[in-house]
Amino acid sequence: MTRDIAAARIMPSGADWSATAQRWRVPLLTVALAALPWIVPSQALAVNILIFGLYATGFNLLFGFAGMLSFGHAAFFGAGAYGAGIALARYGVGWFGAIAIGVAVAGVLALLIGALSIRSRGIYFSMVTLALAQLVYYVAFQATDWTGGENGLRGLTVSVIHIGPLALNFLDPVTKYYVILVFVVAALYAISRLLNAPFGAAMEAVRENESRAAAIGYDVKRIKLIAFTLSGLVCGLAGTLDALHLSIVPIDTLFYQTSGLAVMMVLLGGSGTFLGPFVGAAIFLLIEDVFSIWTPHWQLFVGIVFILAVLFLPRGVWGTLAAWHKRRSA
Amino acid sequence: MTLDLIVAQLFTGVALGAVFVLLSTGLSVIFGMLGVVNFAHGAFYMTGAYAGVFVLALTGNFWIALVAVPVLIGVMGLGVERFLIRPLYGRGQDYPLLLTFGLGYVLIEVVRILFGTDGMPFETPPLLSGGLDIEGLGYFPAYRLFVIAMTAALMLGLWILLERTRYGLIIRGAARDPEILSVLGVDTRKVFLLVFGLGTGLAALAGLLAAPMRSVNPEMGVAVLIEAFVVTVIGGMGSLLGGAVAGMLVGIVVSMTALWMPEMSEISMFALMALVLLVRPHGLFGRGALAR
Amino acid sequence: MHETKTTIGRRTLLGGTIATLAAPALLLRVARAADEPIRIGFPTPLTGPFGAEAKDQVRCAELAIKQFNAAGGLKGRQVELLVRDDKLNRGEAATRTLELIEKDKVACIVGALSSSVQLAVNEVTKARGMLYVSISQSDTITAMPDFSRTTFHEALNPHMTAGAVARHVFKPGMKVAILLADYAYGQEMAAGFRSAAAAIGGIDIVLEQKHPFGAADYSTFLPRLRAAKADVVCICNFGRDQANSIKQAVDFGLKRQSKIVVPVLLYNQRLAGSPEAFEGIIGGSNYYWTIEDHVPTAKAFNDAYRADTSGGVPSDYGAYGYAGIRLVLDAMRRAGSVDADALVHQIENAKYDTYKGPETMRACDHQAVQSVLILQSKAKAAMKNATDLFDVLAMDDGSEANLRSCADLGHVAGK
Repeated sequence: MTRDIAAARIMPSGADWSATAQRWRVPLLTVALAALPWIVPSQALAVNILIFGLYATGFNLLFGFAGMLSFGHAAFFGAGAYGAGIALARYGVGWFGAIAIGVAVAGVLALLIGALSIRSRGIYFSMVTLALAQLVYYVAFQATDWTGGENGLRGLTVSVIHIGPLALNFLDPVTKYYVILVFVVAALYAISRLLNAPFGAAMEAVRENESRAAAIGYDVKRIKLIAFTLSGLVCGLAGTLDALHLSIVPIDTLFYQTSGLAVMMVLLGGSGTFLGPFVGAAIFLLIEDVFSIWTPHWQLFVGIVFILAVLFLPRGVWGTLAAWHKRRSA
Repeated sequence: MTLDLIVAQLFTGVALGAVFVLLSTGLSVIFGMLGVVNFAHGAFYMTGAYAGVFVLALTGNFWIALVAVPVLIGVMGLGVERFLIRPLYGRGQDYPLLLTFGLGYVLIEVVRILFGTDGMPFETPPLLSGGLDIEGLGYFPAYRLFVIAMTAALMLGLWILLERTRYGLIIRGAARDPEILSVLGVDTRKVFLLVFGLGTGLAALAGLLAAPMRSVNPEMGVAVLIEAFVVTVIGGMGSLLGGAVAGMLVGIVVSMTALWMPEMSEISMFALMALVLLVRPHGLFGRGALAR
Repeated sequence: MHETKTTIGRRTLLGGTIATLAAPALLLRVARAADEPIRIGFPTPLTGPFGAEAKDQVRCAELAIKQFNAAGGLKGRQVELLVRDDKLNRGEAATRTLELIEKDKVACIVGALSSSVQLAVNEVTKARGMLYVSISQSDTITAMPDFSRTTFHEALNPHMTAGAVARHVFKPGMKVAILLADYAYGQEMAAGFRSAAAAIGGIDIVLEQKHPFGAADYSTFLPRLRAAKADVVCICNFGRDQANSIKQAVDFGLKRQSKIVVPVLLYNQRLAGSPEAFEGIIGGSNYYWTIEDHVPTAKAFNDAYRADTSGGVPSDYGAYGYAGIRLVLDAMRRAGSVDADALVHQIENAKYDTYKGPETMRACDHQAVQSVLILQSKAKAAMKNATDLFDVLAMDDGSEANLRSCADLGHVAGK
């Protein structure tokens, strides 16, 4: 899966255009995202692209860079959302504290599920993550007093956000967008640093060939567990932002379809690329938004786009673009 | 809680287990032989039920549908393999998984366009309607007994095909090492084609057999896909025997949880799967080689 | 809402400056607003298992709007319906509602077809002071803390519906078993049956059997249900769950020993199930087209619908679409404006008859007090045509006595 481009990426490839883009990937993405609310049909959709782009990026960290296909990432997205939501609705914690709690809950859960699931490999790994995530879903479904059960968690509307002397109207969609953008950009910057650090190379070594990575002296289990937990943390952050955005936590955030969403967005955009997940999230949500106003059979188009993408753009939309550019400039 | 009730619950669990075995066979065959994780399995199952509605409307005969539906959807499966799956061999497991995922969406939506979103009733064939009073169990629907028998016959037939015939030898050979088989002059592409057709035909047959119990609607395959995966993974992917044992096990576990903790009956199969995989990372009867 | 006001002081200066600069543009906008249509947002699950109900809701909602516009609109301003697919998904519904409010600048929201989806919509409209008329069953939305000053519940609620069915079916000395889906809807319906049974007295609830929401196979819940040997089995679930559980209960011979009742018997779900499985089953409903024989507004509504669809009849949930939109439009006409406070004032305590006979809107919890129909599914042989599905056994007239009290719902008197 997009191994070659990913590998090519870490190799210095001269002072061409794409290397520059690579170096400035976080600022470039930030500028693109800052313009997003004025490009897409609605600001609510723009916020969704931000949140699901971040969620897909977190998933990509594990899948695209460490090569582990999890079917259970809804658990971390949901843990973040419920962690923050419960802190807000049940304990009256402030919005920032709620985000921190949500991310922490997701991190702990990821460490736990990761420790249990990295024992299996391949499709079995995917199924263990699915099973454990489903257990989390059912626990949340049953724990009505905490989570609101099937009705979803309500009562966590944040109307005003205080940052020092500043009071921002969080019900205003534009304000909301840029507040959330700050968190997304901070996370992207951290991920970018991580991928350029030795740990990024270690993950890719594990993805390419586990036994070789072990032979060179990498502690494969540890690398996998750290990658899993970091991925869970990022997805958890996305979940907390989703709770703030929607002012509810629907039980669906924990359902396996939310896990599937991450897989679809990443593969559509290009796994193992930095910008791919955002491209995938944007394409997916735009198709859904635009087509579902036009026809109730929008899923037909989602399905067809998927089939065509797998057949003709195996590296995802962004991955293919990047590879095409590389070929041309080579 | 009387002993009678526990016995009745156990028997219901076995009957449900047979349904689980039936639901998962098509998925298991395709994964075991081709290494393709078929996410459209649920959609093929659903398409089978609708094809049954169609054939029944045309002929009015359930027994004709029982033969025609697996053939019809099996042929459709051949087309899917030839034009959509074949280009993806050798690209790793993720691509067929994604493609079939998209295909599932398309099939569901096409059925919604053709047959409506609401679902429709599916009559139990007259010969099998009603039930039998079984001593110690009470009234049990005849049709469910028929499904158990059909599942047993199907599993036996598959076992004979795969383990006792020359075709079976070739199929298993193609699954283990396609290159050697090609060298020996076998057209492995044709083998893969037929196995995929067989798997989709089995999924469709399961859908048709489930229709009189569960009625027919476009989303009927969504939950089944997950259930089939759970059963297949517990059994060990690619193992027919494993699938059969796991199906029965899941049926009984679900049924017994329904008795003691009904709200947990759905989740019990996931708990079972997590437990099995933590102890045996390749499932009960799985071969480690298939894990990657 | 009061929290936002505290921020104004700090932002007034800046805001004032911008307002001065923007004044000419704003005037232009106001002038244009007069001939711009009034928009009503309508989230409904076009995708998914209730697509048929959703489509009928849209059809009926459009019908109400067509009638309003033909009668001159609101002082010449036309009304426009913005239908959005909520996909029966709570997060999606919240996003669509945000879009409708922020981008489409709707005057109000009407719709949603599941109890949890309407709660998601309610959460968004509540925080923004937006008028919302909910048209699907829920006991939660009218109770504290979910209650919103700007939300009205035009649909029946589980307490009323299950209560009406129970009062019709339960007799002292009966043994009753309940099969319920393990989520809000099933639990609220079961609670409705329980409290009605307690009020009637002498009824023995021998079993409450839960099943997971969205189960495909009910065979594992049936041995216990049969062993309970109840006179009446109440099946408290919805849609597909209802069709599947009834079908399988009948297959396993439950109907031979017990009377099966359901809180809500739906027109489209009966069509999706078979007449054989549903034969003799009793359930509640907000509307069935044959009440036109003695309800004049039902006759008028059916006739308008027939003219619109070349001879069809509206379904129960479809009729909710009409009722919800009419509630808002009639209030707009009375108030002569689309201002949320004016509309809330008009709708609170309103007495109206738009499609099913008299209704009143209770002021404390914003629940529409209305009749519940008791229907029985017909045998195939007794059906005169494809729309002749039910017998109307009784009409439980709307009365506050059948609702939970305002105090029970957490509404403090005088607030």
